[in-house]
Amino acid sequence: MKNKFKLIASLSIFFLISLNINLYSAESGAHLIKTEWSFKGIFGTFDRGELRRGYQVYSEVCSSCHSISELRYRNLSEKGGPEFSIDLVKKIAASSEITDGPNSDGEMFTRPGRLSDKFAKPYPNIQAATAANGGAYPPDMSVLVKARKGGAAYIYSLLQGYDEPPEGFQLDDGVYYNKFMSGNQIKMPNMLSDDLVEYADGTKATTEQMAKDVSSFLTWVSEPSLEARHKIGFRVILYLVVLAGLVYLSMNRLWSRIESKK
Amino acid sequence: MSEEKYFPKSKIGQWFDSRLPLLSLMHHLRDYPTPKNLNYWWTFGGILTFCLITQIVTGLVLAMHYVAHVDLAFESIEHIMRNVNYGWLLRYVHANGASMFFLAVYIHIFRALFYGSYKSPREMIWILGMMIYILMMATAFMGYVLPWGQMSFWGATVITNLFSAIPLVGEGIVTWLWGGFAVANPTLTRFFSLHYFLPFLIFGLVVLHIWALHIPGNNNPVGIDIKKPSKDTVPFSPYIVVKDLYALIIFLIIFAGIVFFVPNILGHTDNYIKANPIVTPSHIVPEWYLLPFYAILRAIPSKLGGVMAMFGSLFILMIIPWLDTSKIRSAVFRPLYKIFFWVLVIDVLALGYLGAKVPEGWYLFFGRLATIYYFAHFLIIMPVLGYKEKTIPLPISISDPVLGEKTNLTTTNQKKTV
Repeated sequence: MKNKFKLIASLSIFFLISLNINLYSAESGAHLIKTEWSFKGIFGTFDRGELRRGYQVYSEVCSSCHSISELRYRNLSEKGGPEFSIDLVKKIAASSEITDGPNSDGEMFTRPGRLSDKFAKPYPNIQAATAANGGAYPPDMSVLVKARKGGAAYIYSLLQGYDEPPEGFQLDDGVYYNKFMSGNQIKMPNMLSDDLVEYADGTKATTEQMAKDVSSFLTWVSEPSLEARHKIGFRVILYLVVLAGLVYLSMNRLWSRIESKK
Repeated sequence: MSEEKYFPKSKIGQWFDSRLPLLSLMHHLRDYPTPKNLNYWWTFGGILTFCLITQIVTGLVLAMHYVAHVDLAFESIEHIMRNVNYGWLLRYVHANGASMFFLAVYIHIFRALFYGSYKSPREMIWILGMMIYILMMATAFMGYVLPWGQMSFWGATVITNLFSAIPLVGEGIVTWLWGGFAVANPTLTRFFSLHYFLPFLIFGLVVLHIWALHIPGNNNPVGIDIKKPSKDTVPFSPYIVVKDLYALIIFLIIFAGIVFFVPNILGHTDNYIKANPIVTPSHIVPEWYLLPFYAILRAIPSKLGGVMAMFGSLFILMIIPWLDTSKIRSAVFRPLYKIFFWVLVIDVLALGYLGAKVPEGWYLFFGRLATIYYFAHFLIIMPVLGYKEKTIPLPISISDPVLGEKTNLTTTNQKKTV
């Protein structure tokens, strides 16, 4: 009994440590702005309204420079995402221009997007995007939240992290001061300002609100299976716990034979 | 281990078994006499077998969707995550499965170190186990390269570059490993090929490992030989099977917790950035299970020295059956060794922690200290302790009372029999 307890205790300690300790040394930086995320925790799900508003911010603001090359239009209507109606998503897809081809004449051509297409990119390639943005490539946002320490909280903070540089800080030409960027210099200008977009659901578009919505949206973009994962995960663990109990009882019963035999 | 000779009951069975003794093998595996005092630290063999099979099965399916090409690998992983049915589950199980595999193997190795399972007559089991461990590290390293993220690329660059430290032929070996003059597409394709192949080699070694185990039989927490098979042992099935199963389920609960709720906690965020040979990450680190060796590598000021120390730290494990001069197996009866064992555990954990840090200042100082201690443990403490240590008297047999003393690490079952 004692040993079993010891073993379980040490394994759970490992688990807790792995949850809490950041194994890889973090770059020094300001503490990220804290906020409540609906997708955190075992039962975490996305806030549908947040995702929809976040999509609106992405398409009206971010998408002029940042691609989401791994997302497909159909994803917007799928379960666990913004869950737009299929007709709306068809319209969204059709409003984009997709390069296709070559056709039978050997020419490339453009056509309206379809549900199965990947999101249209603002620039044809990384070099074009870099050249158009003063030598800094606006990163693709397909897995951006997973590619940054702090995840959604980092994006959320960064978008609100623009400030005047502190006294004596040497700011290079064409860059902006940001509290949360590593090195505090960022090529992206401060894109958000109050009432920049007009939300379809009537929510007031404060900078904070837009930052939150778009960070949630990008989290879903990075991890479209999050809701399914949480749901299946809970069931799997519940099943395993029940199974563990049953196996434990059978084990005790079996081993009691050995104990009675002297 | 003495066992009754098995004869199949049916005529067909006898005909078959005399030509291919599969039935005898099954019978042996079922009735295999196992010490009845095994504690839960002994369940990790079964857990590891499960891990290996999980990795092979998930890997097999992942390989159906993965594309080993520098321009497509990163995207093909996202394809698996987004478009393949339950692809996200397969990939997260496979990626975290590697971590769980190493967690289990470290517990398994430290269990062997604590209870002296590497000592005569079990040296072959230990050596085969170490070969499996080294192959596991090679396989995991190559697997980490496959997603072709920044850490994949730069990790591969750093590790393959180690071979350039070898005098005269080093540069040639590195070019040969890369299949060119930099880590590029030929490197990725050969790593994929080897990552697919090595697990089958591991599987073969696991068979030998278990075979070698079944010659002398299991060690046990008391570390003494079986005296009275009928009293000291239980048949593997059902007693050990059900116990292993119970431990496996507990292990799976933790595994599932990571896969379903924090699947990226053990990975590095930079690996979600596609490999870019022009941009070096500010800080290149391998996966957590390789960190202690990475710390040893960087503790030595010279490149060749570092490489030798790193490989030396693995090689030294191979020869510990001969470095440990004590005749007593279990640390339960070795009060001093028991202390040094835990110091070693702390030392290896410290090396792991230091391996993730930038080697400068105190980190470097403690990295060197921990490296020196690691080698000292095996080269000085182990051989000397065998001569100097005053051990606690051993019990007469597994099922007999432990000379009136209560040892704190014996198992439930033993306690109940007493």
